Amino acid sequence: MQTSGDGAAVVQPVDAAAPILELSDAGLAYGERFLWRQLDLAVRPGEFIAVLGANGSGKTSLLRAILGEQTLTTGSIRVAGRPVRRGGRQVAYVPQRISIDPVAPIRARDLVRLGLDGHRWGPGLWNAASARRQVDALLESVGAKDFAEAPVSLLSGGELQRVRIAEALAGDPSLLLCDEPLAALDLAQAQTVVSLLDGRRRARGTAILFVTHDINAVLEVADRVLYLAGGRFRLGRPDQVLTSAGLTELYGAPVDVFHTRGRVIVVAASDPGAGVHGSHHGTHQADHDARSEPAHTRGPE
Amino acid sequence: MSFWDDVFDFSDYGALIALLHNSLIAGALLGLIGGLIGVFVMMRDLSFAVHGISELSFAGASLALLVGVDVVAGSVVGSLAAALIFGLLGVRARERSSIIGVLMPFGLGLGVLFLSLYRGRAANRFGLLTGQIVSVDDPGLVWLSAVSVVVLVALAVMWRPLMFATVDPEIAAARGVPVRALSPIFMVILGLTVAMSVKTIGALLVLALLVTPAAAAMRVTVSMLWVPVLSVVFATVSMVGGILLALGGRLPISPYITTISFAIYLACRVAGRVRARRGWSARPAPPRRDEGRRSVTEGADGTDFVPA
Repeated sequence: MQTSGDGAAVVQPVDAAAPILELSDAGLAYGERFLWRQLDLAVRPGEFIAVLGANGSGKTSLLRAILGEQTLTTGSIRVAGRPVRRGGRQVAYVPQRISIDPVAPIRARDLVRLGLDGHRWGPGLWNAASARRQVDALLESVGAKDFAEAPVSLLSGGELQRVRIAEALAGDPSLLLCDEPLAALDLAQAQTVVSLLDGRRRARGTAILFVTHDINAVLEVADRVLYLAGGRFRLGRPDQVLTSAGLTELYGAPVDVFHTRGRVIVVAASDPGAGVHGSHHGTHQADHDARSEPAHTRGPE
Repeated sequence: MSFWDDVFDFSDYGALIALLHNSLIAGALLGLIGGLIGVFVMMRDLSFAVHGISELSFAGASLALLVGVDVVAGSVVGSLAAALIFGLLGVRARERSSIIGVLMPFGLGLGVLFLSLYRGRAANRFGLLTGQIVSVDDPGLVWLSAVSVVVLVALAVMWRPLMFATVDPEIAAARGVPVRALSPIFMVILGLTVAMSVKTIGALLVLALLVTPAAAAMRVTVSMLWVPVLSVVFATVSMVGGILLALGGRLPISPYITTISFAIYLACRVAGRVRARRGWSARPAPPRRDEGRRSVTEGADGTDFVPA
């Protein structure tokens, strides 16, 4: 035990696991309107956190702030104990939109190679052999070996998303930010991607912040849920956050949460603008009923 | 004298080649830088920008001709001005297209004005628009070599980050690639290349050097190594072959270059189609190609992250 100058004991935590990401009193406002404020969040290595919220609630902005691409209005963000900065090696990102030009002459393997050393200057003609081995290992780890040589324009949505996860993981990040990576995927593809990420964080301790509009896809693997709505948030275990009482308080309007067959269905009773997170894949009937949400695009999310 | 005598006339060919020693070197250099730049022109969807830059380069060159200063210098100034305007003002594709569409006819009009005021040799005038086989003089070759070195070094240094920023701007930005800063830098390199090409191949036909070879290469391969290699080979064959053929006729150089370039493109399209039918690499060409494409382009209208 160490003792600091003023005599107070300084205890070093033995179970280590210092948080990889710390937000303290974080707030982000566009003009007068706060997307979220007073957000305190500490993410430990290997943790899987699902980020939920209606369109415009600031989910993507949160990820951009953690990437250092968006300046906070209040508070601070620390990554691995240091103030956040743009292009830090600790944080990797899997974007929401798949915006790769379909005519780009790029194979799956090339995309992963770019993730590996595409940020370096110079033509990169040296150590091609070792880069190739690393790319092979990355492709293998996401089960993408079979289509490694295929042009990305010929990949299905699920295949491309797996390749992009390999691309993001190429820098061996400690924190992976995923912005709706399941958006264009069917149920089987979505499950493959989720179990891939789950395996990664268990094996390598990569913390994952996973923005989604469908909690059910990640319900079994999420340690905690961060639910953003109306400038406020709730943070906790899924069974703590996803309750009728909790979400009703969060939205300030009646919200019902149903648990059925291991799935969660959130229905906003009177305020459709609050947004809903119905079962995206399982029960289509409920899904369509729940999707009465009108375009809710006040915030520049 | 028949038409074909104008097109091909190979008497005294050996003596002519000796005279055009410099032109051949210039053609090879242009093929090299044009073929490499063309890869990014295609991938960043800048064909229209190339055309716009070349028209403003033409305006600069005409002004230089009129006031009696070095034509290449005028063409470089025009090119760089256009490239910077397009690079800085037009970050988004649609915005950029409208700016180019506005500036291009203005540049062409200015060029026509300067040329009609010019009282010198008529051949000089047409040469700027359609290219000419004037033997490149030694100062001209020095200019071209210097610019080629600048372009090649710049491309070698920023090849990987530029490719990353072009292919996947969001992940590239997250990895620390200066995606926004690379765009104007690339435009300057592109402007220099266009300015060099205008003198030889002519403002109207620069696309045959900066777009067609890369487009042809992308038809037959998706390899990040072979696309630039083939693009350079196609561009150099078009340039040098065009010069060699033009030597034996009375026509300007550009029809030869554009015809060779176009023929290569056609051949590559046919070859690419055969390859697509057989399937790329180990993976058979799937009947659900359309499905794959749809998922790739989905959400491309986003406003959140703007690829610079």
